[in-house]
Amino acid sequence: MAPGIATRGPRRSYELVEGWGMAVAAPARVLRPRNLDEIRASFELARRDGVPLGLRGAGNSYGDASVNATGHVLDISRMDRILRWDPATGVAELEPGVTLRQLWRHILPDGWWPRVVSGTMFPTVAGALAMNTHGKNNYVAGTFGDACLEFDIVLPSGEVRTASREREPELFHAAIGGFGMLGCFSRIVLQTHRVHSGNLRVKALRGRNLREVLDLMESRRETADYLVGWIDAFPAGARSGRGLVHAASYLQPGEDPEPGKTLRVSHQELPPTILGFPKSDVWRILRRFNNDAGMRLINAAKYLAGYVEAAQGPRLQSHAGFAFLLDYVPNWKFAYGTEPGRRGLIQFQSFLPHAAAHDTWHGMLVRCRAARLLPYLGVLKRHRSDPFWMTHAVDGWSLALDFKVTPENRARLWEHCRAMSETVIAAGGRFYFAKDLVLGPDAVARFLPPADLERFLALKRRLDPEGLLQTNLSRRVLGALAGSR
Amino acid sequence: MAATDSSTQQAADGQRALVVGGSLGLGSALVRQLAREGCRVAALSRSGDDLEALAREVSGEASRAGGALFVHVHDVRDTAAVPALFETIVRELGGLDLLVYTAAIMPSVGRTEYDTEKDLDILAVNFGGLLAWGNQAAQLFRTQRAGALVGISSIAGNRGRKGNPAYGASKAAMDNWLEALRNRLAGEGVHVCTVKPGYMATRMTAGMDKLFWVASPEQAAAEVLQAARTGVNVRYVLRRWRVVGTLLHFIPSFVFRRLEF
Repeated sequence: MAPGIATRGPRRSYELVEGWGMAVAAPARVLRPRNLDEIRASFELARRDGVPLGLRGAGNSYGDASVNATGHVLDISRMDRILRWDPATGVAELEPGVTLRQLWRHILPDGWWPRVVSGTMFPTVAGALAMNTHGKNNYVAGTFGDACLEFDIVLPSGEVRTASREREPELFHAAIGGFGMLGCFSRIVLQTHRVHSGNLRVKALRGRNLREVLDLMESRRETADYLVGWIDAFPAGARSGRGLVHAASYLQPGEDPEPGKTLRVSHQELPPTILGFPKSDVWRILRRFNNDAGMRLINAAKYLAGYVEAAQGPRLQSHAGFAFLLDYVPNWKFAYGTEPGRRGLIQFQSFLPHAAAHDTWHGMLVRCRAARLLPYLGVLKRHRSDPFWMTHAVDGWSLALDFKVTPENRARLWEHCRAMSETVIAAGGRFYFAKDLVLGPDAVARFLPPADLERFLALKRRLDPEGLLQTNLSRRVLGALAGSR
Repeated sequence: MAATDSSTQQAADGQRALVVGGSLGLGSALVRQLAREGCRVAALSRSGDDLEALAREVSGEASRAGGALFVHVHDVRDTAAVPALFETIVRELGGLDLLVYTAAIMPSVGRTEYDTEKDLDILAVNFGGLLAWGNQAAQLFRTQRAGALVGISSIAGNRGRKGNPAYGASKAAMDNWLEALRNRLAGEGVHVCTVKPGYMATRMTAGMDKLFWVASPEQAAAEVLQAARTGVNVRYVLRRWRVVGTLLHFIPSFVFRRLEF
């Protein structure tokens, strides 16, 4: 229509870029490459402007992992083609911006499911790989990186390298979990998991306090394929940390009389209404309860409903229905406010070795109640260690606590979380870059093994000597360690 | 630290507005009124001379009111230039709350004239520019979950009149696109307002006779801003034109084609 319409170069806009939890946001130029050349062009644009470039997938990290207040942001979501799918072997070759939602919908009808999925289906595979995300099966299936066979990565120099466990193993184990500090994924090859039904068998169990919940999960570790615990952080005393456990198992061949039916995408769809309300409006109702009194009520109601659920036998639930709890209520985070940068939530997720888990978290819950900074949601998962250099996973447990952020409580909440992080680090724990928004520059050097951190930083200096790739997260937790620009 | 590292888009004083097509007629009236209110305003126009004149007239008043005026020469047909210019403007304004797209051309078209280039030019200015600027604003407004986008359409978009087919079509396209954007962004804190002036006393209507219910640019500007700020979806200017605009839809084709309206 008009002369001079740009068809070359990445798509470009100027936006407010927020962390998923909305507690942090910064305006930035967002570049959306559509191919390898445009990834390179994006690097070059940032270089020419003399600013750092932050890499972003779907922006599903709770904190500041894909926010870049001092430069541009490369958003990979336009590169979303499924390049190759082999239903015989379950190997998928993907462009980096393919989402978990695209992936499972593509492969499930053939009888496959991603080995590892997060609690939401919207992350891109590039984001999931860069953050080395985990699911409710971390203790048996490992992390997202464990399911990766090979990837291509565009280095800041523009060079494309292919890495796998055999070929460039260092780059492989550093870039997975390396939160976008070494380069931009341009192709990802994943091994997926064979399933014989579109359903899982799910059993609910009830624990009267944190100890019971942890013990219930541990008792199911050998038999369950997925385990997730939910705790109510409000009650004190003997009921502190009461909660529910959901243990799920795959169905064996022949158990599902109609796998052809349950494997269909239509069988997996999440319900369109919740208690009769259209899903899209439920967050407006949740907003009314988004305060200490309301959330105490909701948590108590959930626990009481667990009495009924736990009394019943195992039930069948679709993979999507079990895996993507966070997607039941669209935009539920808006219940925390719709003022990005001012209001929102943070998720304080700490990872602890088995032996230290109960006592450390019990103390944490007591501390939260004393400070009247109460988490509105608490989720427990079981983990195992993995070979990735910057990994958060330990042979033990994680507890994720959602805290509401307001302009009034912000400073005090950060103080509170930093204090809690000290007890975690002292107990040999770790943190997860997809969630964190509070750690200071010295914390990472204390919870990661010094040798792992040092070789990661050395590789960063070698592959990105000018410090082109940065985010708010990298500047916050690595500080001068990662070089400056 | 992260605790203080929040958006600069929020909680700024006053309003930050961009008027595309802001040197003449309704556009300049909008710029004047916004500047008088103490807003930070950016005005875009194809004509550097018109912008200079506007800046001479308004800048002093703007700064006295606590606001500021920024002007940029820009041809809305140059859509490739829009992303960079949009970013520059949002940075100099310190954010953006309001975008008004008022750039438009209405060349006279002869009764037997069928000129593709001329028609595409009308579409490029009236509608293509709106796409370019509106898409940029939509992405910023959506992510900051705040902002208002106003498109100055026309009652000429309501029906296919024989006088100027491409002009009418460009306005019909605006109406449809703005409605779609409004529906798309509903629930994301963004307001999209379609303004449909009847007759306005501007250069576009200069020399036309038999005009009635004519709005002055100042009157129209006040109504546009009021509509943008109160969340009105479609506003006729003057308001009584809504009666005409609604009735137009009910005139059967065989009657409509005989009208000289």
